[in-house]
Amino acid sequence: MSLRRLIGFNLLSAVVLGVAGFYAGWWLGHQITGPSIAYFSATNQNDIALFVAYLVGVVGFLVGLGFANYPVQRLLGKPPTLREKEQQGAARYFGLCTDHKVVGIQYLLGIGAFIFIGGLNAMLIRFELMRPTHLVWNGNNYLTLVGVHGTMMMGMMTSGILGPFANYFVPLMIGARRMAFPRIEALTFWLLMAAGTILMTTFAFGGFPTGWTGYAPLNEQANMGMDAYIAFFALVGLSMTLLGLNMLATVITMRAPGMTWGRLPIFVWATVSTSVLMLLAAPVLISALLMLTMDRAAQTSFFNDQAGGSSYLYENLFWFFGHPEVYILALPGMGILLEILPVFSRKPLWGYRLAVTGMLGIGLMSFLVWQHHLFVSGINADVRPFYMLSTEIISLPTGFIFICALGTLWKGRIRATVPMLFSLAWLFNFLIGGLSGVFLSDVPSDVTTHGSFFSMAHFHYTIMGGLLFAFFAGIYYWVPKMTGYNFNERLGKWHFWIMFLAFNSTFGPLLVIGFLGMPRRVVTYAGYLQGANDWVSVSAFVLGASMLIFLANLIWSQVFARVPTGVNPWGSKSIEWQLPSPVPVHNFDRIPTFGSDPYPYGEDAGSMLAQRPVVSPARPTP
Amino acid sequence: MWSRSSDGRRIAAITVIGTAIVLPLVVFVLGPNMPPGKATEVAKGQVTDNTVLLVVMTPFTVFILGYLVYAIVVFRAPKGETELRDGASMRGHMPSQIAWLVTTTAAVLFLAIFGTTELLANNGAGSGSGPNPVAKPSGAMLPVQVIGQQWEFTYRYPTYGGVETAELVLPAGQEVAFHVTSLDVVHSFWAYELGVKADANPGVDNVAYVKPTKIGTFQIRCAELCGLWHGYMFDTGRVVGAADFNTWIAAQRKQFAGVEKYLPKYSPSYSPDPTFRAG
Repeated sequence: MSLRRLIGFNLLSAVVLGVAGFYAGWWLGHQITGPSIAYFSATNQNDIALFVAYLVGVVGFLVGLGFANYPVQRLLGKPPTLREKEQQGAARYFGLCTDHKVVGIQYLLGIGAFIFIGGLNAMLIRFELMRPTHLVWNGNNYLTLVGVHGTMMMGMMTSGILGPFANYFVPLMIGARRMAFPRIEALTFWLLMAAGTILMTTFAFGGFPTGWTGYAPLNEQANMGMDAYIAFFALVGLSMTLLGLNMLATVITMRAPGMTWGRLPIFVWATVSTSVLMLLAAPVLISALLMLTMDRAAQTSFFNDQAGGSSYLYENLFWFFGHPEVYILALPGMGILLEILPVFSRKPLWGYRLAVTGMLGIGLMSFLVWQHHLFVSGINADVRPFYMLSTEIISLPTGFIFICALGTLWKGRIRATVPMLFSLAWLFNFLIGGLSGVFLSDVPSDVTTHGSFFSMAHFHYTIMGGLLFAFFAGIYYWVPKMTGYNFNERLGKWHFWIMFLAFNSTFGPLLVIGFLGMPRRVVTYAGYLQGANDWVSVSAFVLGASMLIFLANLIWSQVFARVPTGVNPWGSKSIEWQLPSPVPVHNFDRIPTFGSDPYPYGEDAGSMLAQRPVVSPARPTP
Repeated sequence: MWSRSSDGRRIAAITVIGTAIVLPLVVFVLGPNMPPGKATEVAKGQVTDNTVLLVVMTPFTVFILGYLVYAIVVFRAPKGETELRDGASMRGHMPSQIAWLVTTTAAVLFLAIFGTTELLANNGAGSGSGPNPVAKPSGAMLPVQVIGQQWEFTYRYPTYGGVETAELVLPAGQEVAFHVTSLDVVHSFWAYELGVKADANPGVDNVAYVKPTKIGTFQIRCAELCGLWHGYMFDTGRVVGAADFNTWIAAQRKQFAGVEKYLPKYSPSYSPDPTFRAG
């Protein structure tokens, strides 16, 4: 019986068809190129075969999961299943499931695993940098580690908060039973898993030397490992575009009665702003990668200077995506911050409209600053003052987020819970990140800091210190609602303090090391920087170890200890905390009606709901 | 409310006193030690720039950190309070929002205007400013071409017969125009102590100006990922007296006289045969 249940559309069949598809595509690609294109047969570098293999492999993977069932059933005239695997049981987590709560948990575990791999790469990089000269990794392996670390983190963390938390909580927060496009929602997750696996295959094809930016023409010179980077980022871009589209459609069309735009939880506003960026920026990346694919596989020359193309074209296309990308990473963190601060200050969100303006302003401005990545590249010198101005102006909407956070703390009754600690740490880290960014936005200062460890430390302060701290704040705040079991608070506090101190002890000195003249992505460095680099490496290992404390806490509290959460342990007035933990399959017995925004602290309203209860915990849900 | 409360007065006092303590330290202790040093006029300008940025940031940093610490200490719920009690329902305060907006806007506009004037006054401030820089130094210049290739920099002196050297030597007190280009992928020419950074793009002549004033050595590193041996693409340059420079360049021309006829004619950029997948 149990063996028979393994056969069907699930992760097992997906992996089998994915691998089979990969080899079928590999064979097909060689049939196409072998006899006709002498270049590929002469160099043993068959990019066409690898691209076809990745493509057929991904299609096989998705068919194995059951994404083809719906269109095939429609073609055959059978009644299609509109909702798939929306039942209880562990099996729904290992396949195509259209329940937004299941997809949220799938995202959390799947993305968590890939982020863990990215973090391990960082440990290996820091190990090499304990000596100024060669220690363990040769040049190629070192660059591949740097590239996989950067690409994995930048790719996976785009959906690091929107994936788990927006998928799970945005429908709840706006009073909907599902996302607008549940099947697309599941697709965005499984595309990411396929993408992450493809990026790992780069090790089998020799790695890639370009880092996460993948500058031309180095990306055309690189060996077949580069194709994994291209396929990874193209799939991530596709996933981002679909996720953004789905979120926007959901928030625009599926809000419950009373959920006006002025009452949207601030996390939903952050999701809206991020979704707009995803929808507009990611297609530019996909186009750039398509051109690069043509350059590599079909011998076109979009980015090849020596054959009439331009490497500037790639730089501009990449950063036109790349700068909105960093705000795609930062904005959801701001949303979580402003969602959590009112709960643990017991005060309404201070300056709601200002915060919304800030988020939308960051979204708009992020499309107008990308050339600050090219300040010393020899672009037209006339435009630099404009980009200096626009880059510095983007700190204004970011300042709105800060003043709203500070105003929310004002005369509050602050409780130092683990999510609150991570949120307060966000403010500290992002402050350092933002201030260090000012040096990079100013051309004369940028001459020293551009492409140095300073800029690397700067964006780790904003992305790791901002996004990852918000990610953990979200985990400690919301996972008890998702699973129904509390975290161990003592272990959580140990995790926080070690992570916070080790993080600053790692990246604070890196700002100084960058000022002292160490470029990014180098395997050797000046001898006088060894003491500082050793300090940083040891701090980085402690930072890595703090993740093990988190893992221990996750496994202990969710698998063994299992202390039930109850309905509303934090005393939040937001709707998700008025529902049972975990939330039942169909969310609400009837669609709720909202009477206020989620922050009526110090006001008469018991919660944001105009009528209660919306679900009876005692009754078994369908 | 905000302005009348003693909390507000205390935070204002913390900001003012904290700024008064930190600001002199920033200006007199940290500022002069900011990178990249005082070896050239451009580098000195960048040190000034870095110091001004720090000065503008100081009050904001002191305010936000002071506020955070104050809030965490003073606004904390009493220990052992199990019953949840709400704070006051404050949904905003227009005067303080406007004050914040005005202050940050003023700071941002000042930074942008200051950065632009510094950039133009210092002739591009040592940055790679493309083939046609907006601001150029007046007077005689020594053109030096920097050629990046996987994985080393070489240098050509067009006013000295286009001789190509493996070492970068500059005369002190002479305005230099670097013409940075590449033969293969994108590199970045970073002369740390000189305060110069300019990307080396194939087919592009990227110009940066600098006037070395101090005799001594400086570090050169490639600052843009350029492939396998990127981490080993570094060099040490020298700034020497004018007489020493003339002796050195004469010796170089003599040493490389036999090679000269094989070199391509000096040009702002070069197009070698496309050699893909060299690595």
